[in-house]
Amino acid sequence: MTRDVVITGLGLVSCAGEGVTAHLDALRAGGTPRVDAATFAPYPVHPVAPLALDGQIPKKSDQRQMEPWQRLGVYAAGLALDAAGAKADAALKAGMHLVVAAGGGERDYAVDGQILAGLAGADDKGAFLNERLQNDLRPTLFLAQLSNLLAGNIAIVHGVTGASRTFMGEESAGTDALRIAHARIAAGQVDLMLVGGSYNAERADVLLVHEMGGYLRKPDFRPVFERDDAPGFILGSGAAFLVLEAADHARARGAAPVARLAAVASDRTRRVPGSVGASLASLWQGAGATAPDLAISAATGCAGITAEEGEALATLAPGARRTALGDLTGHTLEAAAPFGAALAAAAVAAGAAREAVVSVVGHRRGEGVIRILPATEAA
Amino acid sequence: MSRADRDALGRPLVAVTGLGIVTSLGIGAAENWAALTAGRSGIHAIRRFPTTGLRTRIAGTVDFLDAEPMVAPALSERFAASAAEEAIGQAGLGRAFPGALFIAVPPVEMEWPQRQALAEAAGAYGEVTYADLLRAAGTRRFDDWHDLFIFGTVADRIADRFGTRGSPISLSTACSSGATAIQLGVEAIRRGEMAAALCVGTDGSVNPESLIRFSLLSALSTQNDPPEAASKPFAKNRDGFVMGEGAAALVLEDAAAARARGARILGYVLGCGEKGDGFHRTRSSPDGAPIIAAIRGALDDAGIGPERIDTVNAHGTGTPENDKMEALGCLAVLGERMRSVPISSNKSMIGHTLTAAGAVEAAVSLLTIAHGRVPPTLNYAVPDPAIPLDVVTSARDLPVATVLSNSFGFGGQNTCLVFGAEPVA
Repeated sequence: MTRDVVITGLGLVSCAGEGVTAHLDALRAGGTPRVDAATFAPYPVHPVAPLALDGQIPKKSDQRQMEPWQRLGVYAAGLALDAAGAKADAALKAGMHLVVAAGGGERDYAVDGQILAGLAGADDKGAFLNERLQNDLRPTLFLAQLSNLLAGNIAIVHGVTGASRTFMGEESAGTDALRIAHARIAAGQVDLMLVGGSYNAERADVLLVHEMGGYLRKPDFRPVFERDDAPGFILGSGAAFLVLEAADHARARGAAPVARLAAVASDRTRRVPGSVGASLASLWQGAGATAPDLAISAATGCAGITAEEGEALATLAPGARRTALGDLTGHTLEAAAPFGAALAAAAVAAGAAREAVVSVVGHRRGEGVIRILPATEAA
Repeated sequence: MSRADRDALGRPLVAVTGLGIVTSLGIGAAENWAALTAGRSGIHAIRRFPTTGLRTRIAGTVDFLDAEPMVAPALSERFAASAAEEAIGQAGLGRAFPGALFIAVPPVEMEWPQRQALAEAAGAYGEVTYADLLRAAGTRRFDDWHDLFIFGTVADRIADRFGTRGSPISLSTACSSGATAIQLGVEAIRRGEMAAALCVGTDGSVNPESLIRFSLLSALSTQNDPPEAASKPFAKNRDGFVMGEGAAALVLEDAAAARARGARILGYVLGCGEKGDGFHRTRSSPDGAPIIAAIRGALDDAGIGPERIDTVNAHGTGTPENDKMEALGCLAVLGERMRSVPISSNKSMIGHTLTAAGAVEAAVSLLTIAHGRVPPTLNYAVPDPAIPLDVVTSARDLPVATVLSNSFGFGGQNTCLVFGAEPVA
């Protein structure tokens, strides 16, 4: 069985703002995205636009139990459910499955700092660490850190309780969340899914992980494909969720498709010069991409692979307008592929593109190609 | 493809042709099976790090494998490699694995020895902030740690080592992760995407902060002495789980492909069921509806009725909440008969292997079928009147054609698997 998979709802929040229109406007306008180069200097980040959380997370107690990455994700998931006409349909949501692409939650910096300061002078370092952790960690902080607890919070706040799976593994997790969701729906294993990811960039602990390895661009913003002077990514805070469903399922419940998710192809090739370009070419073919007029690249800005991706796209999609997602939202790691797919769907729905292809090349591993067509067009 | 290679619902039948396992009881199926059926406990006082001042000082750590550095992702990779090596060897597949990797890994983050090293390198005295750590990272001396502490590395290295195809999936559904890895493999084979899948669950995260996190949620047993008596699934005096470590790997194959290449089939994954729960971050819906739906889902997916279940490999963590809710769920689906269906929790001996548990217990379920023997549940000295189940207290021989294996996790994760000796006609 192969069924067409359509997108019936989008939820987006990033430095470009909230909702589809804000992101389409940013796509159209181009220019420099909102960037904060001061708070974590010398590392710039793209802070998320201010959100009225109550609109999607009505209970303050829920808001309090989440860290920002979870609040962003739950918020965007709510927008997607609203857009899909699913928000008020408890029975529909109770059968809706969920795939989330996520990393983990934020640490308590004050506690970490105090412990590190104390450890330096502690006679019995092990005992000191145990005592401080036991006394200073907030018991519920763990639940704001566990990777699968974004999905858990979406179930609690929105009642999406089919079943959830959380994919981890940086950029690839986002591509593969879409790939597996698409495959399950196309094969008739499930009818309706919520898929997406979120990322909080305004965190010293993630900056630290990516400064190790030298993957962060500094000290200022430059467009993704113009960072030869100081290659690297600028992390962005945001979240992107898509409601995916079988075309016949959408039709039966009277939901209007935004666009068709025609194909999601991904691979992991051993990185050597040329491997990214070759992998993208192969995935391009696998996804059935022909002559897209919009190519959305989730390129990181990292050395080597970004230029390679640019060259590959120039060859594969010579007629397409190329947009770097990083110039709109910053790099949102696990959420990058969902962002690309959502933006492509929005552009196609708005008539701004006839066929859109999203390329996702992970900063360390994994390549992906996502192909989006108008809802009315056969895959 | 003949009828015999299709399942009850007409889909490609999924066979298990290899399994591998590492727990605190040892390396390999043989060693683990001998210990599990002898009722030996792998739970002991923690030696890996100082436990001074901790309320819980015991765990089922795997102390005979190590990693450099000794951090959760590196240990998890080591365990996964050992289990996968065994499984692929048993399946008789070569160095290039003919399918994808689905691997349940614990969430990754930098650990205290590395934070300390950064703080020292920064020369931070008195106050220490993340700005200091970032400054140290900027020296480029710690660049190797990037890959160590990102989420995709364990899968990447296992994929390289065994030559699996395509983009590997790293996943978490908390304490049901191992079962979800298997479910993803089953689904991919049923879709006809691949003839084989390597499904792994691994967890080497017994370190001070992980232990303290669970301790602060009052999830752990505090009965440290003697360690082997602490994990008491289904007993009235159960007081929490004991952390464990380990990994298990299953080689799943399209049964037709397995038969065509003459592979020995160890059993079948007949059905998978899952259901989310939006009641609470750590507690189940009081009516047990999601657990019930997951068990029913697995039976329906297998195309069998509850009367076909010969034994239940329980999630059985030994927390007051889990065991009560699991019993309620099993009784609701299997009915009165459940009171006499043998049920056992491997966690009584190996502790809760968390991310790995669903995979480890899947491997034990298949061994249970192969040997016609149900391993015991240790420490079931004081039965709980609220849990009227036939908890197996010493290894019991009985013909086992079908096993239900339950996995439940924080965040409303419920995943149940049904394994069988034979396909469902």
